[in-house]
Parts: sequence; C-alpha cells; structure tokens
Amino acid sequence: MTEAAIRLNDVRKQFGNTEIIRGVTLDIVKGERHAIIGPNGAGKTTLFNLISGRFPITSGEISLNGQRIDALPPHLIKRRGLSRSFQITSIYPRLSTFENLRCALLWNQGYKYSFWHTLSRQKELNAAAEHLLEEINLTARRDVPAGLLAYAEQRALEIGMTVAGDATVILLDEPTAGMSHSETDYAVALIHRMTEGRTLLMVEHDMKVVFDLANTISVVVYGQVIASGKPTEIRANRAVQEAYLGALEA
Amino acid sequence: MSTTLRAGAMPAPRSSLVGPIFRIFLIFALCMALPWLFYNYTTGRHSGFMLTMFSQMGMMAIFALSYNMLMGQAGLLSFGHAVFFGLGGYFCIHLLTAAGGGSLPVPLEILPLIAGLCSMLVAIVFGYMATRQRATAFAMITMGIGELVATAAVMFHAFFGGEGGVSSDRMIDRSLFGLTYSQGVQVYYLIVAWSFISILAMLYLTTTPLGRMANACRDNYERAQFMGYDPKFVRFIQFALSGLFAGIAGGLSAITYEIVTFDSVSGALSANALLMVFIGGTNAFGGPILGAVLITLMQSGVSLISNSWLVYVGVLFIGMVTFAPAGLAGLIAMHSPLQQAGRLKPLIVPYIRIVVPGLVTLIGFVGVVELLSFKTIGAAQGKKLVLFGNPIDATTAQPWLIVTGMFLLGGLWLWREGRWFHTLWEAMMADLKPKKGAAQ
Repeated sequence: MTEAAIRLNDVRKQFGNTEIIRGVTLDIVKGERHAIIGPNGAGKTTLFNLISGRFPITSGEISLNGQRIDALPPHLIKRRGLSRSFQITSIYPRLSTFENLRCALLWNQGYKYSFWHTLSRQKELNAAAEHLLEEINLTARRDVPAGLLAYAEQRALEIGMTVAGDATVILLDEPTAGMSHSETDYAVALIHRMTEGRTLLMVEHDMKVVFDLANTISVVVYGQVIASGKPTEIRANRAVQEAYLGALEA
Repeated sequence: MSTTLRAGAMPAPRSSLVGPIFRIFLIFALCMALPWLFYNYTTGRHSGFMLTMFSQMGMMAIFALSYNMLMGQAGLLSFGHAVFFGLGGYFCIHLLTAAGGGSLPVPLEILPLIAGLCSMLVAIVFGYMATRQRATAFAMITMGIGELVATAAVMFHAFFGGEGGVSSDRMIDRSLFGLTYSQGVQVYYLIVAWSFISILAMLYLTTTPLGRMANACRDNYERAQFMGYDPKFVRFIQFALSGLFAGIAGGLSAITYEIVTFDSVSGALSANALLMVFIGGTNAFGGPILGAVLITLMQSGVSLISNSWLVYVGVLFIGMVTFAPAGLAGLIAMHSPLQQAGRLKPLIVPYIRIVVPGLVTLIGFVGVVELLSFKTIGAAQGKKLVLFGNPIDATTAQPWLIVTGMFLLGGLWLWREGRWFHTLWEAMMADLKPKKGAAQ
C-alpha cells in the first residue's frame, strides 16, 4: 500500500444550496509533486481551503499522514506538518520582510507563545530566517515593510513563508500568478529546491510550470477530479483535452 | 555608503543593547532629579502640585503603554481598559489597609505588583470572553465589561465602597527601604521605580515571540493561523499581560491618592487611555508615554487656568486624528529621514511660517472658547475674566471681534501657509529618494 500524505475520501462542500466540491477522492502520495489543474471556478482553491482547514467540509474525510484532519482548525493542521500559501498574497504588511519570515519559523522552532525569549538573540532562528531571505532573493529588501514590496517580491515572500520550517506537506495556490517569465523561472527553481524531500500539492494555471514541476497531475472540473496521473498520461487523456487543455490550445 | 547601510540594518545584539540601557538609566536619573527643579529652597519644600503631576504622568505612562499593548501592538480597540486600572486600585487600597492592620506582612513597595497580579486574574476571566472575538465584536464586549464593572462599583459597597470610594492610609510602616512615604517625593520615587520596571518589561515583551505574533495577528490574523498560531490565544495572553500593567498603574494611583473611587473604573478613564495613546502615537513604543505626559499636563496644568480644558483636549484629539494619525511619535518619526540626510535646517523658516499663524489661530480660538465659557458659567459665578494676563470686559463687543477675527483670519493664513508647507515637504521628501536609491 502506498503511503498517502493527504487522502481525500468523497469530500463534498456546499455553500448554501450550491455544491462546489462534488465528491473528491484523491490520494497525494508522500514525496510527489502533485499539481491540480482545471478551468476557472472548478473548485481548486476551495479544495485547498478544505484541506488546510480554512473552511469546514460538508461531508467526507480528509486525512494527513493517516490521521483525520477535517475537523481541525488551521493552526492545528499546520502544527501537524501542512503548510499552505495563498493565491491572493497574504503577508504581514507592516512587518519587515525579515520579520515575516521569522514569524513563519517561530512555531516550528518551538517558541510557541513565549514571552520570555528575546527574538534578536535566537541565533538558530535568525540564521534560518536569513537563509530563507537569501533563498527567496530578498536580502536587499530585508528591512522593508512587506507591504511596500513589489508584487513579485511579495509572491516570493509568500512562497518563502510557506516553505519555512519543516512542514512535510506544502500546498501552493498559484505560486507564480502574475510573475514575469524570468521571475517564474526563478520561482520554479526555488519551489523545486525548497520542496525537496517533501510532498507538494499545487494549483497552477501556467502549464509550463505544471509540466516543469509536477510528477503527478489531477484535473478538477466542476468540483470533481476527472483524471489523475502522470503528466504524459494527462496530456494524452481525451476527456482532459476536451475539458481543459484543448480549450487552451485552440 | 552601501556597506554602512547594510551594517546598520544587521542585528547587532550586544552593541545595540548598551546604547539603550545607558539611555534608559540616564532618563531614570533625570526623572529622579525632576522634582528638585521645583524644590523651594527658602521653605525647604517640594512643590506639591508638580509632584502630584509628575506622579500622575508616571502612572498614566504605564496605563497608556498597557493600553497600547492592545491598541497598537495587537490591533485591539478596547473600550474597557480602565476596569483593570481601577480594580488594581481597589485591590491595592484593600491590601494597603490589610498591610497597615498587620494582617498582611508585605512591604508597601510590593503592593502595586500584587494589585497588578490580581488585575491580571480579572483580565484572564474577562479576556477569555473578549479575546475570542476581534475588531468590532471585541470592542463591544470590552465596552460591556466596562459598563458591568462600573455598575458593580456602585452596587457592591463592601469592596467598592459605593459612591464615596474606599480610602486608606499609606503610612503603614512596612517598607523595603525603611521609607515612611509621609512625603510626596517618596511616593514619586516609588512611582518612577515601578514605571521604569513596567516600561522596560513592556518594551521587553515587544521583542519576544508573543509580541511579534501579536503584531502578526494585528496585520493578518488568518495568515498567523496558517503558521501554527491560534490568534485567539495570542490575543488572550496579550490581554492578560496588558491587564497586569494596568493593574500596577492603578495600584500606584491608590498609594498616591490613598483613595480609590468609582471614577477609576469608569468609561471616561477608558476613553482617556484611548486619547493618550492616539495623541502620542500607536506605532512607536514610546508614543503613548508622550501622550500620557501631554494629556496629564493638560489635565493638571490647563485645568488650573481654564474651565474649558476638556474642550482643548477634544480639539487636540480631533486635530491629531485628522492631521497626524500617527500621533506625536509619528510626527517626530517623519523627520528622521531628513535628519539622517542632515537637512533639518532648511525647515526652520518654514516652521516659523507655520507656527506664527498657528499661534494667532490658537489665541483666537482660546479667546472665543473662554469668552463663551465666561458668558455661560463664569459671569454667573461673579468672576472676572482674565485672558492672557489682561482683564477683559466680556460685555463689550471689542474683545469678541478681536478674538473672532484672530481665529478666522489666523485660520485662513494658517491654511495658506499649510498648503505651501505641504508642497515644500513633498518636494524635500522627493529630493531624498533618488539619493537613497543611488546609495543602494
């Protein structure tokens, strides 16, 4: 039996009378880079919100490394090793770039709600934050309030904050949206590097990014997974071509 | 140039700590010396008025900073913060009586801390209710708590002493340092000591993981959740700790005045906290101290010379919120880039051009307010109106015309100069930017 990092079993989500997620069953195998693609409004981001605990599910089961997480609030899910990014940049605008990254590392390094440690004296924590800062290429912007960063810089920070710490499962929601070609190339290399040895689940519209990064792809259309498999299989899949890829190439 | 900039930006724990600590001790020494500036060497007495005012400033500084732990640092607007100040006061006055009666073998110096801890227990109970919410709901719950305690203060006489309050005697002959606290200056020293301990403790809290996550939850509570933190719990601890310091301030107030009344838990004092913090500035750590000093100065000083001092506080508040939302500290901080570039000098003349019409408008405004207030209250009391050292006959038209004219024309003049100043300021700031870019 393959070990699933995330297992979704007939997950459904209704908003009012509208069913957005209509019975998704999906296994994300440990260590794979799994991309979710699909047309706008298919429910990809909603799926992310359900897995990460942002919204409660209506029915079904979600488990992380074999343990049910579908009734847990986001912070408890995060503590079990699942970290996510946001499609719409979600950072701490008044804190500096460095502080943003340091906050992302705090829980992981065991500081919890401590009011007795001085942050500036925590060598390991600060070194880790500085290292992340270098990884996302923002060392020159270290002390700038994150709200004043350029858009692409904020996106890079968003990725940095998500991969900070040792979460075993990383969810990235359109990590390269709005980036230029060169920025996208850099982001793809960064994601590749930072998710080494972890499980990656991402929503992405840029097919180049998907085929560069993912070794498994699932296609979500109208709240259901219509196909799931290796990139080559997905490319060859007829239903997918009709529903999605075909529309792109046409 | 670029290397020095980088070096300044890097954390240098050791060297950067020596400076602040030295500065803190310098300020501590200055505060201790302050009453001696008003010492009357012929009578051999301290100025009681000044001592009370400085004591009040000390406790209000703690109170305002504790409020800013919620307002500025955690983004929580509370309308009931006086509850923790006032209850700290009530606890302390009862402790004082117990210690004086011999049933509590604790020196007076420690009482504010015990009162603070009692307040913190109350803050834990009320905080559990309030901090489950944020934003408007939080504000409403704190307002409810404030009303609840204010009502309780009138109803439960055993603890709150009803409308007359509870009084006690601070000369309990129990002191760590053998002090009797019969003189105001000794109490003032106690307040300075506790103010410094509290201020340093609150400053320390801003450097801790909790302090930073309070900022993070203020900026974006949802993201904090996805970092493993429960924003409710962050708010809860922050709220409890803020109650501790408010309680210490209240305890000091009880020792100073030897009486605690219903006013100390009232909504008016909660509003005062908000006023001090906003006027001082919520972003900088020291902002609320500035606000506490200024508001206390107005309360003690201006209230002596004018019945309408609350009008001035109100107008100051509206003015600050409208024109300088970052408060006094924000106004000071605005100048730091110019100061770093060594360009403060060219501002001298523009400032004079602002201050002169500003003063004219202010005098006109004060005149209008005082004349109106005299007409409604002062005249009935059979007093004589004295404005700026001159006796004035409010029944003639002349003073009315002069002050109204000063106010209106001064305001117009100020408005014109203000526009000019604004353009100049923008130009100066724009001038700084390319220089900065080139340096990087």
